[in-house]
Amino acid sequence: MAVTVKIPTQLRSATGGESTTTVDGDTVGEVLDALYSRFGELRSRIAEDGGLRRFVNVYVGGDDIRFLDGLDTPVADGDEVTILPAVAGG
Amino acid sequence: MPPESLRCKECKTPYPLDARYVCEQCFGPLEVLYATSSDADPAALRRRIQAGPHSIWRYADFLPLAAPPRGTLPAGWTPLLRAERLAERLGLGELWIKNDAANPTHSFKDRVVAVALARARELGFETLACASTGNLANAVAAHAAAAGLESYVFIPSDLEEQKVLATGVYGTHLVSVRGNYDDVNRLCTELSGEHEWAFVNINMRPYYAEGSKTLAFETVEQLGWQLPDRVVCPIASGSLFTKLARGFEEWLDAGLVSGEVPTMNGAQAAGCSPVATAFEGGQSVCRPVKPDTIAKSLAIGNPADGPYALDLARRTGGSIDSVTDDEIRSGIKLLATTTGIFTETAGGVTVAVLAKLAERGDIDPGERVVAYITGEGLKTLDCVRGTFETMEIEPTVAAFDQASAADAVAA
Repeated sequence: MAVTVKIPTQLRSATGGESTTTVDGDTVGEVLDALYSRFGELRSRIAEDGGLRRFVNVYVGGDDIRFLDGLDTPVADGDEVTILPAVAGG
Repeated sequence: MPPESLRCKECKTPYPLDARYVCEQCFGPLEVLYATSSDADPAALRRRIQAGPHSIWRYADFLPLAAPPRGTLPAGWTPLLRAERLAERLGLGELWIKNDAANPTHSFKDRVVAVALARARELGFETLACASTGNLANAVAAHAAAAGLESYVFIPSDLEEQKVLATGVYGTHLVSVRGNYDDVNRLCTELSGEHEWAFVNINMRPYYAEGSKTLAFETVEQLGWQLPDRVVCPIASGSLFTKLARGFEEWLDAGLVSGEVPTMNGAQAAGCSPVATAFEGGQSVCRPVKPDTIAKSLAIGNPADGPYALDLARRTGGSIDSVTDDEIRSGIKLLATTTGIFTETAGGVTVAVLAKLAERGDIDPGERVVAYITGEGLKTLDCVRGTFETMEIEPTVAAFDQASAADAVAA
């Protein structure tokens, strides 16, 4: 499955400035693994103990994966995965 | 104590004092670090504060600005009222209400926006923006208007009408997003990477959050340079709750007050209580929820400062409790009928949790307690509609006597 991943500004120094990239994977976890193999530095920035760092939010089509199946959330061809820092208050 | 740098709360990586909010190494939140001046004379500092304006700018020594701004809406210096009738009703000793509805746009958000706007101007921004549950929307639109800046305000489309009207009137670009606050927040987090705007609660967040400390400073000053033993404060993202404690800590460190950080009690609505749930379950992180509560100003299902709020409540021997929508309505009424203060739903949450703590026996009668009322009842009128009877009569004495007699029987 070819999935588009949107990279937040804060991580673009690890992707050579790219704001989106397309990778293959059947789940969010596979998509992220594919992303890490393309941009090695990203793993240390957002991953921790096989999961995600606690201030990292990941969305599939706008839905937070914590409301879905987390890293096991399935993705379909053409889906958009967005990585964003957690920030709140308003 | 001039601001020195931004620093990651998690991995301690330092950053310059510009418009950024997240650590590029670990995605942790950034906060402002101040230069330490251990040789500062507390007596001189206290005199300087007392000689300052009756607004948050009297605490400029503890705010992340190069200089206090001019020509802005004066936020802060709101009343701290002794609530004897409410204390008596709840079986408490010394109870105070910090009424932060008495701000220019009627909520504590004027404090944080004033600081964020001042810093945004220092950094050269010309447009202010925010993702808001309503109170912040009012404050951003108003402060931007007063300062002559453009503003963009993003709100969830189901927001209370009063909060929508009290935002649009200031001439902002008002964007109503079909989704809940967390959707609005996600959208704005994406937009903040694409526009040269000062999003007060996103890329200006480290500065914005510092404004909440002024609530602690004022409380101490208004209590005659003494600390409360316990505070009760609402939790949405957890930022106000944690910065309140930070304010007390900074003044302890500066020698302006002695004692210890008060017992910190957080208040959430049961329909959006990720922090209270994690507290009860003994977890150190919050599982996000989809909010469903009348307390829309607290309806943040994914609270970014949740882990810090949990740690703080545990560290100070406090707790984080939640109350139902009915308890919130009762809390609003209890405060109104015993203090004459009409608060919005967030204040109802605070008062209802205060009542719960009192009932549970958590509060010693000898304690000095401060409860934070962060917003105004006129912004959430729907939740009091239908909660009382009106006597409608013909304009005659007889009609009044008859209605009055019936009313006395009903009571």
